Amino acid sequence: MGKEKDRGYDPVIVGLLCNWCTYAGADLAGTTRIKHPQNMRAIRIPCSGRVSPHFLFTSLFQGADGVFIGGCHPADCHYTSGNYYARRRFALMKSLLDFVGIEPDRLRLEWVSASEGDRFAEVVTEFTEGVKALERPHSLKRDGLES
Amino acid sequence: MRKIGVFVCHCGTNIADMVDVEKVVAASGRIPEVRYAVDYQFTCSAPGQDQIKDAIREHNLDGVVVAACSPRMHETTFRNAVGSAGMNPYLVEMANIREHDSWVASDRDEATRKAIDLVRMKVKKVAKLEPLEEIVLPVTRRALVIGGGVAGIQAALDIANTGVEVVLVEKTPSIGGHMAQYDKTFPTLDCASCILTPRMVEAAIHPKITIHTFSEVVESSGFVGAYEVKIRKKARSVDLVKCTGCADCLEKCPVKVPSEFEAGLAERGAIYRPFPQAVPNVPVIDREHCTYFLKDGKCGICQKVCPTDAIDFTVEDEIVTEKVGAIVVATGFHFYDAANYTEYGYGRYPDVISWLQFERLTNASGPTSGKLVRPSNGEAPQTIVFIHCVGSRDPSKGFPYCSRVCCMATAKHAVIARSKLPDAEIFSFYIDIRAAGKGYEEFVRRAIEQEDIEFIKGRPARVIEKNGKLVVRSEDAFSGRPIEVEADLVVLTNGAQAQDEAPELAQTLGIGYDQYGFFSELHPKLRPVETNKAGVFLAGMCQGPKDIPESVSQASAAAAKALEILSKDELSREPQVAEVNPFRCTGCMDCMEVCFYTAIEEDEFMRRKVAKVNPGVCQGCGACVAACMDGALEMKIFNDEQIYAEITGLFAIPKGARKAGGGESAHG
Repeated sequence: MGKEKDRGYDPVIVGLLCNWCTYAGADLAGTTRIKHPQNMRAIRIPCSGRVSPHFLFTSLFQGADGVFIGGCHPADCHYTSGNYYARRRFALMKSLLDFVGIEPDRLRLEWVSASEGDRFAEVVTEFTEGVKALERPHSLKRDGLES
Repeated sequence: MRKIGVFVCHCGTNIADMVDVEKVVAASGRIPEVRYAVDYQFTCSAPGQDQIKDAIREHNLDGVVVAACSPRMHETTFRNAVGSAGMNPYLVEMANIREHDSWVASDRDEATRKAIDLVRMKVKKVAKLEPLEEIVLPVTRRALVIGGGVAGIQAALDIANTGVEVVLVEKTPSIGGHMAQYDKTFPTLDCASCILTPRMVEAAIHPKITIHTFSEVVESSGFVGAYEVKIRKKARSVDLVKCTGCADCLEKCPVKVPSEFEAGLAERGAIYRPFPQAVPNVPVIDREHCTYFLKDGKCGICQKVCPTDAIDFTVEDEIVTEKVGAIVVATGFHFYDAANYTEYGYGRYPDVISWLQFERLTNASGPTSGKLVRPSNGEAPQTIVFIHCVGSRDPSKGFPYCSRVCCMATAKHAVIARSKLPDAEIFSFYIDIRAAGKGYEEFVRRAIEQEDIEFIKGRPARVIEKNGKLVVRSEDAFSGRPIEVEADLVVLTNGAQAQDEAPELAQTLGIGYDQYGFFSELHPKLRPVETNKAGVFLAGMCQGPKDIPESVSQASAAAAKALEILSKDELSREPQVAEVNPFRCTGCMDCMEVCFYTAIEEDEFMRRKVAKVNPGVCQGCGACVAACMDGALEMKIFNDEQIYAEITGLFAIPKGARKAGGGESAHG
């Protein structure tokens, strides 16, 4: 904890990025060398429709401060409709977070296409700042909800 | 415990400049599952790959993490590399420490911490991976083409010319489609029959093409490479082999009904062939109108006059089963029923005619031998009015879309009318002129400037009959004034509509269709001829309004996509598919609801209903896995436990790691 105080609060964000759009967008941010905060650890998934609410809660219970889901723009989903399922689940997950007393802003869903490297850096920066602005580290793990 | 090897790439300086590679190797070595960790300048190079292969053999590894660039870049490279060392290729994961780390970080310590985390996450995932085999599917190297219009014929010929057998199914008694009915084609005024009929014959005599006319697809099962399709061959009542096409029977038939081919402008018998150049050139008996069938065997004149004894009233519908590996759907369209526009009086006034009727009236093989006359009295019209967008761009009629071809067709009709009646007055009422295409705008300009066709912007409100004339009332949008034209002939350019039976066929084949009944392509830009069902492709109007060149191009594209499958004996694909654990499945079938590919079907397991995934159809998106409430759906490569392993791996910092000075996590 001491080291953390020295640096200021540095949140850990779990990224769940669809293979066809957002993961590729993140790759493009790299190829074009767009610097952005490095708090996110991206996990490649086939489609944003693959995201189960369990992924969100597993991340939070493990100690993540935020979860970022990236999918293809509406109508651009590689699998046609996966992002629509993601969108519906996202709405439910948001209200569930609120219900259990976790700031809903710890979860974000964004559409980033494979050609939007700059946008990827932008939304990740924004989300990282947003999670930081929640001021305190997320503490489900330390509060003992997860042994 | 798994024995995993970690290979950290410098990528020259691309990674090593920003990430302390040595620290990443040291930290990797402290993860319990890691047996061996090493770095290299360029892991993707031949010596780099050899380093992996040697390590697999030497340390008996059963899992590999390559920390380098994006898996989108080199996953295949490393799968092949470990495969050649005898390890299962699906036991490799890449930690993306270049695109997602060294290239976007600004702080070396931060980038190194991230790389260490990313490697650890992948090690935990690899520990949960299972060896997999590529899915190999046998391919039936035959194609089915549904629809024998210009698109279907093109697709069939393109496929057959590569030596692959084609089954062509056509609903009506002859192939040819709507194009066979047209007089000329825009913008070159080529005679439609002259360019189409040779292709029809080519298809008919092609040794690799089997044509089923007067037939429909009634059932389809299987998946890409191995479809089984049932086709109902309706009873033709005339033997295709015995009949010589002499047409003696046609003259003697006492029944007279409106001819579909002539758009109701002429009559045909109950035994008929749609048109003289029909392929096959064999008549068919229309049992709904035939006296023999309506009056219990009375009549039978055709049978008596047939010199080859080809007529058989006893034949029944027959179901044939065809096994094919790919399907091209080219079922076309039908013209909007202009009678729905009661204000224009189609069906009430004989001199208000449709697009097709105009085509037949100007066609040399039509009922008037090409003489353009008023159907009411057979006289040449002095004033002709064309009305665009009848059943197109009209939300009030439920058809808000543009039918795309009618502007050009109307311009063509007007120019043909001018060539036949040099002194007639010709008007064309339009909303907008849409003439996008090679030579199209020039053709419209020619109609306006050289052929003296008066184009008036306005959608007519009414057509009424007055003193033997048809009064067309409209607004002239440019002058803002009402306008009235007294016409002898009014031609309604009716739009294109999806076939009535299109939704039914879509359900039979398991493909998507839109609100209008047009079949849905897989991706509007990048996959325009594929459907959500692997191995089923689209061509022509059935996918949406388009003109002949576009239909033909799309047909060739569909043929190429079909041949991609049919050029091999076996299809192999990544095993990234979903799988049902039948012990856990409760048979709620929520998964079936979310599967866009109709890959999930009902099955029985221990006498109860369960879901089953067809691995030949599954595309591996995982929507069903996320939707399953019972955790019964599993998925290869991206299974729940593999994703959990990555998430928990991020926080599973090995004991003593921090003391060792790795700075192993961003998390406190």
